[in-house]
Amino acid sequence: MAALGRPHPALVAGKYLALAAYVAFALFPLYWLVKIAVTPDRLVYSEGTRYWPSAATWDNFREVLGSDFLRFFGNSVIVSLSTAAITAVIAAGGGYAFSRFDFRGKRLVSALLLLTQMFPLLIIIAPIYRIVAALGLLNTLPSLIVTYTAFNIPFALFLMQSFFDGIPKDLEEAAMIDGCRRMQALRKVILPLTLPGLGATLGFVFTAAWSEILFALMLIRKEEHMTFPVGLLNFVSKFSVDWGQMMAAGVLALVPSCLFFAFIQRYLVQGLTSGAVKG
Amino acid sequence: MAGIELSGIAKSYGGTEVLRDVDLAVGEGEFVVLVGPSGCGKSTLLRMIAGLEPISAGELRIGGRRMNEVPPRGRDIAMVFQSYALYPHMTVARNMGFPMEIAHRPKAERAGPVARAAEVLGLQKLLDRYPRALSGGQRQRVAMGRAIVRQPQAFLFDEPLSNLDAALRVEMRLEIARLHHRIGATTVYVTHDQVEAMTLADRIVVMNAGRIQQVGTPMDLYDRPANRFVAGFIGSPTMNMVEGTPVPDGLRLADGTVWPAPPGARALGIRPEHLHVSPDGTGLRAEVQLIERLGSDTNLFCEAPGVGPLLARVHGDVNVALGSTVVLTPDLARLHPFDAEGRRVVQIR
Ligand SMILES: Nc1ncnc2c1ncn2[C@@H]1O[C@H](COP(=O)(O)OP(=O)(O)OP(=O)(O)O)[C@@H](O)[C@H]1O
Ligand SMILES: [Mg+2]
Repeated sequence: MAALGRPHPALVAGKYLALAAYVAFALFPLYWLVKIAVTPDRLVYSEGTRYWPSAATWDNFREVLGSDFLRFFGNSVIVSLSTAAITAVIAAGGGYAFSRFDFRGKRLVSALLLLTQMFPLLIIIAPIYRIVAALGLLNTLPSLIVTYTAFNIPFALFLMQSFFDGIPKDLEEAAMIDGCRRMQALRKVILPLTLPGLGATLGFVFTAAWSEILFALMLIRKEEHMTFPVGLLNFVSKFSVDWGQMMAAGVLALVPSCLFFAFIQRYLVQGLTSGAVKG
Repeated sequence: MAGIELSGIAKSYGGTEVLRDVDLAVGEGEFVVLVGPSGCGKSTLLRMIAGLEPISAGELRIGGRRMNEVPPRGRDIAMVFQSYALYPHMTVARNMGFPMEIAHRPKAERAGPVARAAEVLGLQKLLDRYPRALSGGQRQRVAMGRAIVRQPQAFLFDEPLSNLDAALRVEMRLEIARLHHRIGATTVYVTHDQVEAMTLADRIVVMNAGRIQQVGTPMDLYDRPANRFVAGFIGSPTMNMVEGTPVPDGLRLADGTVWPAPPGARALGIRPEHLHVSPDGTGLRAEVQLIERLGSDTNLFCEAPGVGPLLARVHGDVNVALGSTVVLTPDLARLHPFDAEGRRVVQIR
């Protein structure tokens, strides 16, 4: 591109305009979330479509933070972080094996992994419930961690495999000639180069677990073990929806996701392997 | 430093045999070049010496010790990959010091050898850079630096220059030659560039279809190719080959010309530079179909009726017109006779 010289200013302006329009469109729901969250209850219906309420308040947040909500929140953090960590470790190991080794049954395993992704979750909810019940894990956080991990592994594994595939085999071989055992080569050479992949996998699994509601609803009935998406339903009572508090809770729910992505985003930067081989 | 001995080495993947009966002894400090067409098993052989590929049969010894079962890290060899295989997340200095880092040599002790290697290769100013910020030639140098820093028993190179452009290739070739003179390490070098092979090698190993065709010094292979494959592979432009019927004093070509040949010969090879061109006289008559003027030399692509295409290379320029007929006479001492199986016929004079 650079070789073509500077593009016309109008083109640049147009590009940024288009981007701005897209960003505004994508972020509008978030904006609305925040707006309702700070709108006092009495104004929610009367000033429904104004872009900013005539009076703003932190009351909704105060209410939410004073309720059970913090516990749901904590449960969600535990479940999502554990799921992301366990899945990433298993997916990294499996992805490496799939990328580097030829073993009997490789194609079969990979076909089975794909197969698990083809069923709608609704079909397998009942069997999963029975298995979890038989294991005596109903109403516990580990039940969610185990199921989420199981369901996220196939995709995460293929994702990791593609990242390992992108790392030249020469690098490991060079490391082994330079004196490394395979594990050392993995730790010193391959792992640092896979961090973007690991970051992407962690982020993907974390978000999936954070917003999952179907299993969370089925497997957990006790209030003290509920995760945040289920807890959100508490704001819907039989006769009304407490919009303000629900939105405040929603805003709070965004915080961990944002923090998490802020933390991993530097590993998401691509191009770390450039320069390994002739470019 | 140590020699490398291969005896009866073979390699097969499942049912397919890739290498067979490879016997080769690389002497201490010797520079041996493996050449051969693509897919003939050069890389496989090199990777077996490095320990990256299991050996199916035969024995590999480095420094007199059997190495078949020893993992790469125990063989004390360094390898330069075609792709360079630099660690992208490490600086040039750390890349070069990596083998010592793995060997748990303290940081202070590593700096010296790295600095010395950097000096030899002209990398002093680049030590803090990352590989992505280097040019192809610089990466190539860093890869060599990583190899020499360790002072290994032997160096292995797999087409180290094939990713460089022509000018840089020549420069790096000279650099490798200089380095070898300076360090004098046992080296096995894979290439399919025959100029590299001819200029760098103490001895050249010509391979084809998984077997060694001939081992010898560059001039051995040029002057006495053991078979038609080697004759065609070594030398550029390629050797001319003519077939004929045996007569008592030689081989009669299709046009009736008789070229001297020992009994048993069915074909004669003659390098383009050993074919003399004259405007008339007696000998093999051929039509000039294409003229390539290279300045120092001129290539005349000729067609002798019934005999086939012949290329003559003459020094300087010649005054020959396209389409004219010339007489080609071989330098009799430079004729290479081959038998029906393509093996060189030992000349009895
Ligand atoms: N994993 C494998 N399975 C089966 N055959 C293989 C495998 N690896 C290599 N081969 C075969 O072994 C032969 C030798 O390969 P090798 O890479 O050693 O060739 P090469 O001489 O280095 O060629 P090039 O000049 O193209 O690098 C080839 O015919 C190749 O198809
Ligand atoms: Mg090769």
